[in-house]
Amino acid sequence: MKEQQPVGPKDIELSSDELHAALDKIWASPRGFIGWFRNVYHKPISTRMIITAFIFFALAGVLALLMRLQLAVPENSFVGPDLYNQLFTVHGSTMMFLFAVPVMQAMGLYFVPLMIGTRNLAFPRLNSFGFYVYVIGGALLWVSLLLNIGPDTGWFSYVPLAGPEYSPGKRVDVWAQMITFTELASLVAAVEIIVTVFKLRAPGMSLNRMPIFVWAQLVTAFMVIFAMPAVMLASGFLAMDRLVDTHFFNPAEGGDALLWQHLFWFFGHPEVYIIFIPATGMVSMLIQVFARRPIFGYTAVVLSLIATGFLGFGLWVHHMFAVGLPQLGQSFFTAASMVIAIPSGVQIFCWIATLWTGRVIVRTPLLFVVGFIFTFVVGGLTGVMQAAVPLDLQVHDTFFVVAHFHYVLIGGAVFPLLGALYFWFPKMTGRMMSERLGRLNFWLFFIGFHLTFFPMHQLGLAGMPRRVYTYLPETGWGNLNLIATVGSLLLGLAVALFLANVLVSRKSGVLAGANPWGADSLEWDVPSPPPNYNFLYLPTVNSRTPLWTKTPDQPVVTGMRSDILEVLVTSLHDATPDHRHLLDGPSYWPVLTALAVGIGIITAIFTPWGITIGAVLSFLALAGWFWPLGEPIADTSREAGPPIQEAA
Amino acid sequence: MRPGATLDVSALPATAFGPRTTIWWGVVGLLAIEGTMFGILISSYFYLSKNFSTWPPLGTPPPDLGAASANMVLLLASIWPMRAAHRAAFKSQRRPIWVALAICTAIGFAALALRASEFRAMHIRWDANAYGSIVWTTLGMHTGHLIASTLENILLMLLMRAGPVERKHFVDVNVNAVYWYFVVLAWLPVYAIIYFAPRAL
Repeated sequence: MKEQQPVGPKDIELSSDELHAALDKIWASPRGFIGWFRNVYHKPISTRMIITAFIFFALAGVLALLMRLQLAVPENSFVGPDLYNQLFTVHGSTMMFLFAVPVMQAMGLYFVPLMIGTRNLAFPRLNSFGFYVYVIGGALLWVSLLLNIGPDTGWFSYVPLAGPEYSPGKRVDVWAQMITFTELASLVAAVEIIVTVFKLRAPGMSLNRMPIFVWAQLVTAFMVIFAMPAVMLASGFLAMDRLVDTHFFNPAEGGDALLWQHLFWFFGHPEVYIIFIPATGMVSMLIQVFARRPIFGYTAVVLSLIATGFLGFGLWVHHMFAVGLPQLGQSFFTAASMVIAIPSGVQIFCWIATLWTGRVIVRTPLLFVVGFIFTFVVGGLTGVMQAAVPLDLQVHDTFFVVAHFHYVLIGGAVFPLLGALYFWFPKMTGRMMSERLGRLNFWLFFIGFHLTFFPMHQLGLAGMPRRVYTYLPETGWGNLNLIATVGSLLLGLAVALFLANVLVSRKSGVLAGANPWGADSLEWDVPSPPPNYNFLYLPTVNSRTPLWTKTPDQPVVTGMRSDILEVLVTSLHDATPDHRHLLDGPSYWPVLTALAVGIGIITAIFTPWGITIGAVLSFLALAGWFWPLGEPIADTSREAGPPIQEAA
Repeated sequence: MRPGATLDVSALPATAFGPRTTIWWGVVGLLAIEGTMFGILISSYFYLSKNFSTWPPLGTPPPDLGAASANMVLLLASIWPMRAAHRAAFKSQRRPIWVALAICTAIGFAALALRASEFRAMHIRWDANAYGSIVWTTLGMHTGHLIASTLENILLMLLMRAGPVERKHFVDVNVNAVYWYFVVLAWLPVYAIIYFAPRAL
């Protein structure tokens, strides 16, 4: 390490007002219409992602209500079979690919840099690119639905139904390319999270001091990296089968329909945990704050997250018990499916122990956490039931499965997410959400949820298949279906109430201050909402609950440049300061690159030349992205290493 | 108000190489994704092979070895100039870097020309049967990487030649080399499986 003086003004020489003004200037979001597209800061981009995801959540919720209205009474003719097929396909695809995964990642992209004490994500422009790719993919799906060419083969688009023979037209191609977009965006976010967590943590935040939410995001990001390629390839195979006559899934020419199921579920099962693990991270954070004590069994909880991440890859075949597998395979995947209940159980016991030994304060976020534990345990139990092959064969493709996965997905992810938003909303906006509306919101959501989905267990056991647009009166399924429909209307009302609470509180909520809950993690150490640069001085950390153990002489980091977009890079394991790193600033190249990719992928729905067009456009955009603009921004005098030798 | 206790980092360097940097980890993440892609392609290859009584299917000879083997030698040889660029990046020497990248670019073009004949050497089209589909897709995937990596080499070569060069661009040369090694090394299992599995299975 060489001793070198920085050229710009040192932060330590400025008063805190001057430093604030300097950082505000250099980290400012670009203004105006064009400026909106050039923004690369993690909080504005993640906020857009969260809002976009909730728009998709609301839209897919409306589709669910349409389905429930259709099923309310037997032989209903409210929607026909073709539209019904599009409704459940777009509902499921939207909820999984456009809401659940993106919103969980967006929460990570927003809060991870704050929780680990840095100023932005490791690759700010890449993050912006990921957002636009996600928006284009979502728009593709929904514009298709509005044009009545929405996909209609279910969210997992099984072949041969989704193949060229049984699904002519472009509906399935839209679905396959939507997958390409969303998985690309998801992979981008995963790399962002991993590198940010590995390299940008505040000094002192060794791996074993990271907030559990950060651990959860890290484990999830690794799962994304190893799971998403499977579905990208599978949907690529499907698109090629449909467009250029390959035979991956065509049994007549040596292809295999089960290959699709293997590839899809090799992604599809980890996907469930990709949604669930960040939610458990949120729960751990919330419980710690509302029990007013550090979480019980930090190490056990972290190891459970990692174990879940590994085991999540060993379960995919339990979605395929009905296809006729070798018995040894069935036994293995049954055992694995039961084993994964263990780490989830360990976490639940740690949460109960934390609450038991803490001084519990009941607020809306904690209500949602308790609602989560209750609901998820029910969903987990039906999960263990279905891990047994004989029972699974009985309930396969019935409403019992629909009940089960809504219990684990809404119970396991949406309950914690809503609790988390009640919890972090004051940080994001500077204002508290209404507690009165919040409690009403919770009870409406909780009752609406169970009223909707509990009867579906019985409907499934009574033999009602999923994905049928109507049923006969003689089946006797009418009453339970009507109850479920009433419940779904309550659930819709609860979501509307949540959105109303957000809108009202944003304008007129009680001012929150920096740390309204008396919480422990670093994001509560900065003003609400946080400035674009997050921390005036980068913090240092001395425990797992830094704000609770902060001493008056806890050092802050100084010597950072206040006139360029500089962050501190630290070592992977112990987070000791290593070097200072200049981040990229606002740029319109990410959105242009996303458009180039988008044009290519959407054209590829119609002609294979789309790939070539997209590749050429993307290369041009990437060249523009990386080519330096004239004068170097950084002064080279302070840089380590030998002087740069000229080319000639 | 000025802070009390401080941790002064002003003496730390402003650039670093290898695993100390964010970009290196970013490329490792990319390689993990790409590696998984190749892994799944190869799994699909063997999965589909079980649907045929002979592999390759009756009437299709195994792929010719000439062009592919030449390609492997060529790609392995390219590690040497890329290694030179890699080392020169540590010393911030522009000229050796762009010369080395120019050699790698030439090798990249030669490898792509050979690759074109490799597709013919499969003796089958992608739309004939599942065997044709998977070998074309696997070869195509590696070819896509080869094209992308060659374009990247050209871009960095032009930048090193024309400038303006900042310190961080030497880090880019460094990670570009890591990516190239991956493209070369990924060819070994792909080559072994596409060309020798039909002879061994």
